[in-house]
Amino acid sequence: MGGQWLQFVAGGLTAGAIYALVGLGFSIVFNASGAINFAQGEFVMIGGMSAVALLATGLPLSVAIALALAVAVIVGLLLDKLAIEPARNAGTVTLIIITIGASLFLRGLAQLVWDKRIHVLPAFSGEQPIALAGATLLPQSLWVLGVTALAVAVLSWFFGRTLFGKAMLASSYNALAARLVGIQTRTVLLVSFGLAALLGALAGVLTAPITFTSYDSGLMLGLKGFAAAMLGGLGSFAGAVVGGLVLGLLEALSAGFVSSAYKDAIAFLVLLALLFFMPGGLLGARRIERV
Amino acid sequence: MHAGSNVSELAPRAVPRAGARHWATSARTGGLLALAATIAALPLVLVNNYFYEVAILVGLNAIVCVGLNLLIGYAGQISLGHAGFYALGGYGSAILSGTYGLPTVLSLVTATLAVGVVAYVVGRPTLRLKGHYLAMATLGLGVIVSIVLATEDRWTGGPDGMSVPPLALAGVVLQGERLWYAVVGVALLLAVWLALNLIDSPAGRALRALHGSETAARVLGIDAARHKLRVFVISALFAAGAGALTAHYAGFITPAKASFMHSVELVIMVVFGGMASVFGAVVGAAVLTTLPQLLTALKDYETMAFGAVLIATLVFLPQGIVPTLARRFARRRAGGRGER
Amino acid sequence: MTLLAVDDLSKAFGGVRAIDGVSFTIGRGAVHSIIGPNGAGKTTLLNLLTGLVEPDRGHIRLQGRELAGLPAHRFAAVGIGRTFQNLQVFFNMTALENVMTGRHLLERDALWATLVRARSLVRSEAATRERAHELLAQVGLADWADEMADAMPYGALKRLEIARALAAEPRLLLLDEPAAGLNATEAHDIDALIKQLAAEGTTVVLVEHNMKLVMGVSDHLLVLDQGRKLAEGTPQQIRDNAAVVEAYLGAVDAIGEGAHA
Repeated sequence: MGGQWLQFVAGGLTAGAIYALVGLGFSIVFNASGAINFAQGEFVMIGGMSAVALLATGLPLSVAIALALAVAVIVGLLLDKLAIEPARNAGTVTLIIITIGASLFLRGLAQLVWDKRIHVLPAFSGEQPIALAGATLLPQSLWVLGVTALAVAVLSWFFGRTLFGKAMLASSYNALAARLVGIQTRTVLLVSFGLAALLGALAGVLTAPITFTSYDSGLMLGLKGFAAAMLGGLGSFAGAVVGGLVLGLLEALSAGFVSSAYKDAIAFLVLLALLFFMPGGLLGARRIERV
Repeated sequence: MHAGSNVSELAPRAVPRAGARHWATSARTGGLLALAATIAALPLVLVNNYFYEVAILVGLNAIVCVGLNLLIGYAGQISLGHAGFYALGGYGSAILSGTYGLPTVLSLVTATLAVGVVAYVVGRPTLRLKGHYLAMATLGLGVIVSIVLATEDRWTGGPDGMSVPPLALAGVVLQGERLWYAVVGVALLLAVWLALNLIDSPAGRALRALHGSETAARVLGIDAARHKLRVFVISALFAAGAGALTAHYAGFITPAKASFMHSVELVIMVVFGGMASVFGAVVGAAVLTTLPQLLTALKDYETMAFGAVLIATLVFLPQGIVPTLARRFARRRAGGRGER
Repeated sequence: MTLLAVDDLSKAFGGVRAIDGVSFTIGRGAVHSIIGPNGAGKTTLLNLLTGLVEPDRGHIRLQGRELAGLPAHRFAAVGIGRTFQNLQVFFNMTALENVMTGRHLLERDALWATLVRARSLVRSEAATRERAHELLAQVGLADWADEMADAMPYGALKRLEIARALAAEPRLLLLDEPAAGLNATEAHDIDALIKQLAAEGTTVVLVEHNMKLVMGVSDHLLVLDQGRKLAEGTPQQIRDNAAVVEAYLGAVDAIGEGAHA
């Protein structure tokens, strides 16, 4: 029984780490633009699918992964330049709909460039399961958790210690004041999209060996990543991480002990509950609206 | 949509030009007659059953879009889960008539009204949200509906869907494309008429006021929550009714009808055709239902194209096709007439 | 005769006490002005008096009836109307439609009548339209009736907001810096309009920085400073009040347009 618990917890944390990475991407773009980027999930898909395609050309795994991340970042930058920037003065609802259009576009493009089949990436360090206290862990899970922790650490350093990172945060608190002291909000937006794409693609390559990847795997992951970000408080980095892990755990435990058929619905039920009762999330602050 | 940046300190002209009337008020009766005429005359170009099928689908989508436009275009809200109402209407009528043997017209009406009640219950907490929170809440609701429909296979037949008995009026079964075309045509005209009546009224102004400035609307005595809920329920009724009609027409329904993709397609039709434009909704449904059918050779590009259309419309023509054209048309006419 | 009685009204935002224990009364049919340096809490007070913001403490009584805690549309229903410092015009409608919307509380809003376009609705629409035309003429905007509001110049929009507020036939009209951004002639027109409204029996409360307008049109002044009542009285009394003079001269370093009160 204890082993079963640990199994679910391990699986939940692994999935949760992925949601955390995706959620971080949402929070970063939200901080920069005030809007939700629906195309975030597609970055995950692009990361996974690009890595698969590049690997098929004979490149070593590490190179394929690095290039796949680069591809995703370029797509993110293009998305900002071509679709977001021209409409940056429109309302948030318009921006959301534009990113929906972008996600459709990217999904359709992926379908053409690659195909509609499900693909798998080889595990980074082999498939031999590790036995631990009655549960079996995949080595890939350790990669997921480890890389996510590293990514979070690097992001904390970036936003907390570097000048540009702090400038990005300042811009999210007050865009006008930031502009007045010389911070280019356009650049902040661009970097935000690039960063979000990087995180999404990272999640994609990390999870592809476990959950596989296909042209439409981005949608669900994106939505769950958003639920994770909201759970922790949209815009909060610590919140996205906590939210992701909690969501992953909730999913795994309810799938194990309640009903596996409704596993996907968990994220949405959590999301709805948050929106109706606690829009600030578990860690987020409540926003005061000035009339 | 707010156009505060257009407020000019100095008027470009001392006396305003005549004839630049808001296009919606003059389009009312004329538009309705034009639509009726189009529906009546269209069979002349519908040369075979396939064309009739497409036309019927256009009509059914248009009914949903007219309702959705009231919510998105006029009231300035958003719903990324309207396909959920559509599917619930369809499944509701399918189950009531198929599993429980109710007469199909009764099951259709009952299912539609039941969805209205669901929309009322769900709408109250949901519409307290704004902007992206509202978008995500409606999205979540829609997805949950599609998951439930796919999972509860005892009732719904699961992911493969279920069959739906044909519609029967007073014992006579409605068969054939021509008959269905007439039914859908009448339903569409009714829907458009109701929508136009709603807009050209205190309720309609209240909705547009909420979109223009919710603060000012409240200060004028408009109960924001009540009006938003009302238009939400009305748009859900339109969607459910259309969903039920479609189910009986097609003889089949699947959970995909409740999918997020379907909700997005509906939003694209509304946005493309024209925000705050009843006829724009009809045009948007017509264009975006017909084109994919005509260009079946390019089916692989469909998703990409929809995405591109959405982005391009919002970036270049944020008002949508019909209002933009109407404004250009009105400006040209007014320019020709000169000063008052 | 007292129309509105405000008692110990308080509202804090986070740590900032925007309004702190303010009490005063508004007499019927008179023109009252609320003045004070920037940041004194004037707009917050108006937001409280229209129900847009809920007070932390205190009472707002309109002819004895308690209003504090009610939603904004209920404040409107008892006859309180308002214009805004930062324009809240409905730019997605014509000028006429803006004013017609103002009449919302006086119209029939039965859903069935709306959907089938019953004769009662058609008649009500015609009456609303006619009254809206009258109001536009009263503020000098008759020619703009069928123009979209986003085509109108700033001064016209300020007058449009007043016409829209008047459409509800309010007992108490709150004007938030109606003369801000207007030149001397336009400000004079506002002055005349306010006097006319007062003569017709509407109680007017004015928040203004334009001292010439305030002194010329008010029967009674309330001076706010840092969320508290500093002084109240007739224009003459306030002019002679040393504390008021000090508060204004001490706080004023830049007279800005559209600055938050």
